[in-house]
Amino acid sequence: MFAIEMRGITKRFGPVLANDKVDFELVQGEVHALLGENGAGKTTLMRILYGLYQEDEGKIFVKGQTSKINSPKDAIAKGIGMVSQHFTLVPPLSVAENIVLGFNPGIWMNPRDIEKKVKEASERFGVSVKSSALVRHLSVGERQRVEILKALYRNINVLILDEPTAVLVPQEVDILFETLLRLRKEGLSIIFISHKLNEVMTISDRITVLRDGKCIGTVAKKDSSEKKLAKMMVGRETFGVTRQLEEGTGKPVLQVKNITALSSKGLVALKNISFTVFENEILGIAGVSGNGQSELGRVLSGILKPSAGQVFLGDKDISKSTPAEITRLGVGRIPEDRHEGVVGELTVEENLALETLNEYTRNSMMNWKKVRAGALDLIKEYQIKARPTDETRKLSGGNMQKVILARALSRKPKLVIAAQPTRGLDVGATEYVRNRLLEEKKGGAAVLLISEDLEEILSLSDRIAVMYEGRMVGIMDAGDATEEKLGLLMCGAKEMTNEA
Amino acid sequence: MKLKFRLERTPSPFWMIALLPIVAVLITFIISTLLLLLAKANPFETFYYILISPLSSRTSALEVLVKATPLILTSSAVTLAFASGYWNIGAEGQFFAGAIAAAFLGTQLGGFPSYFAIPLMFLGGFCAGMLWALIPAWLKVKLNVDEVVTTLLMNYIILFFLSYLLNGPWRDPVSGWPQSPTIAPSTMLPKLLERSRLHLGFLVAIAAMIVVWFILSKTSLGLRMRAVGKGKDAARFMGVNIGRTLFITALISGGIAGLAGVTEVAGIHFHITDAISDGFGYTGIIGATLGNLNPWGAGVAAVFLGLIATGAQSVSRSMDLPVFLGNVVQALLLLVTLSIILLRNYSIKRVT
Repeated sequence: MFAIEMRGITKRFGPVLANDKVDFELVQGEVHALLGENGAGKTTLMRILYGLYQEDEGKIFVKGQTSKINSPKDAIAKGIGMVSQHFTLVPPLSVAENIVLGFNPGIWMNPRDIEKKVKEASERFGVSVKSSALVRHLSVGERQRVEILKALYRNINVLILDEPTAVLVPQEVDILFETLLRLRKEGLSIIFISHKLNEVMTISDRITVLRDGKCIGTVAKKDSSEKKLAKMMVGRETFGVTRQLEEGTGKPVLQVKNITALSSKGLVALKNISFTVFENEILGIAGVSGNGQSELGRVLSGILKPSAGQVFLGDKDISKSTPAEITRLGVGRIPEDRHEGVVGELTVEENLALETLNEYTRNSMMNWKKVRAGALDLIKEYQIKARPTDETRKLSGGNMQKVILARALSRKPKLVIAAQPTRGLDVGATEYVRNRLLEEKKGGAAVLLISEDLEEILSLSDRIAVMYEGRMVGIMDAGDATEEKLGLLMCGAKEMTNEA
Repeated sequence: MKLKFRLERTPSPFWMIALLPIVAVLITFIISTLLLLLAKANPFETFYYILISPLSSRTSALEVLVKATPLILTSSAVTLAFASGYWNIGAEGQFFAGAIAAAFLGTQLGGFPSYFAIPLMFLGGFCAGMLWALIPAWLKVKLNVDEVVTTLLMNYIILFFLSYLLNGPWRDPVSGWPQSPTIAPSTMLPKLLERSRLHLGFLVAIAAMIVVWFILSKTSLGLRMRAVGKGKDAARFMGVNIGRTLFITALISGGIAGLAGVTEVAGIHFHITDAISDGFGYTGIIGATLGNLNPWGAGVAAVFLGLIATGAQSVSRSMDLPVFLGNVVQALLLLVTLSIILLRNYSIKRVT
């Protein structure tokens, strides 16, 4: 009998199939990793188990009993707890208050009493927390321990951890793993969601791999290797792009030299990164999300100032330039999040004009006629399905992206920075965007393509670099790249790093 | 077949929006009826005096515009700030800054002809309002200090400053009252019409409202302001200098609120006391919100606010009701209108 058994779980979000007849079994007392790329359906599956989503089809058995889990409350009652990526703690309250919140019988709460209880629980489970400290004074690692203890305090026997190491520094990861192994010894079953191969190989007993919402298989660690897992994780059977690579003899356009930068959480997101993009080429940057690609895009767009290093556009250092200056120097920028590229409540024509307002003004007066005419031209040229006066937020994702694309490319940039340019777009829009980027390259521009979509990277790039934990772990000609090779680099497999 | 309805977050059709104020009046009427009956007042009569009677004679209708004059200015000032995402709660303080400047200049410019003295008074009021908006704006831009707190606190500071002036250097030498000396005749704003208190300040207010509209919709600064107000991150990505835009917004908004102080001192009272404002700065926030952060809407809202303020006064006078009852009905009407007006962003959709 399994602690948890999920059979044929299917979940749709509109047209997107997030889980496609997934089977999953959890043995009591094991650490079971759920491995897969972003968007493979790992979190969705676990949110179904925790009652945050309801399955469209399929059955869940808890200890052999058919169970309908309608809410996290149901899940907790059945002994299932989850620590999500985004913590659900109340920062101004104490650790003890956070832990008993929603699990405190009656209406009275005696601070000393609950602190004592939490302290006892902390010792019993071997998860050390300062029960009287305020959560807002804790580090991320400490907050995570509070989350874990909060789950354990509710007498669970299955603990789901959603990418628990994503927010931690290496020392904290070690502490987390020690804690998990100790809890396992005491009989707790743990589901560990991750896309990092080395972690999965370190901590888990068995591994289930998901890809594109489907279950690829479950293997025991002793029968597996990083290479084997990488293949299961990214290998698409029907893939083959034959594309002629142009000989890159162009001049360097963008030179990034020893860039270091902090993420918004204050962690080091970029560690001493250097690379060059030449004219007439697309450099693809691959990597699993959260490995510094966002920050790289933001640094190059002028939104994030690097803490060290230089960025040369031609021979000008732009590492301290504002977005307006960078645009003026001939950089077309496509942001990772398109809602950061346009103001949703302004009209299409206003968004098209904002980046180069000087071209549309005379003596600080808006020349609305010129704005309208320019917008109509771009709408026609880029096949945007919208009127100039439409509110931008009402556009579909594809059309919104085309607005950004039109704005970025219409001024013949010598460098294009495209971060996740096709994320969330349908097939038609995706193809359109990709072709536009190829055209830019043919026109002589240097294109930096940051994408999590390996297929996109492989089919567009002339050279490919891989980012892992804020570092460039490999750079190669597209001709030498294969999905497996990239997949291993993306997951931080050490054996391949030396080769590359 | 069972029909179900759902509230959706899409703007209501225009006719529904136009209907909302009427719905608000009806709801207020129902709520306040009980209260009025307890006070043995006729609710129909009460509402007549609040909403209709002020418009029924020339004198009182013009009085509504007199009441609306400072409100149009403060509502426009707040509209500009809020539309740009700068939460200026300090129009009240900026109003006082303008009023103090007018009271000062009014006693100094007596030797000059009106056509010179009056523009200078307005300029002085504008600058004083700007000056009072400067510190919060600077703190916001340089140190990212929340402007809601700082602009609000500045309101109290200027009240104490005024109190010092009125009890010290400006105390009326004749009566000894804490009120400033009367300003020179040449600095008093001319009346627009015979037998009324409607003065030049009303035209200045309308002009300021139009200027706010002009800035927001016709200038590149206005587009930047709206971009910052609607989406700071996207505006930053597109190269808008957020700090500078907010700074300019804060100063213009403060200046316009300062003009309201000038109209009250030079148009109505001809001196300053610490009771010169009937919460005009705060009411400006209501006016801007009622007007959906649109300058024309703010203007209409300000006149509406002027109407119920006039009405609340006349109701207690005409019906021999306690003054506070008129205020209660006025406050209720505002509260209901404000809540009802939120509905304009929703429509009722049938679920099939």
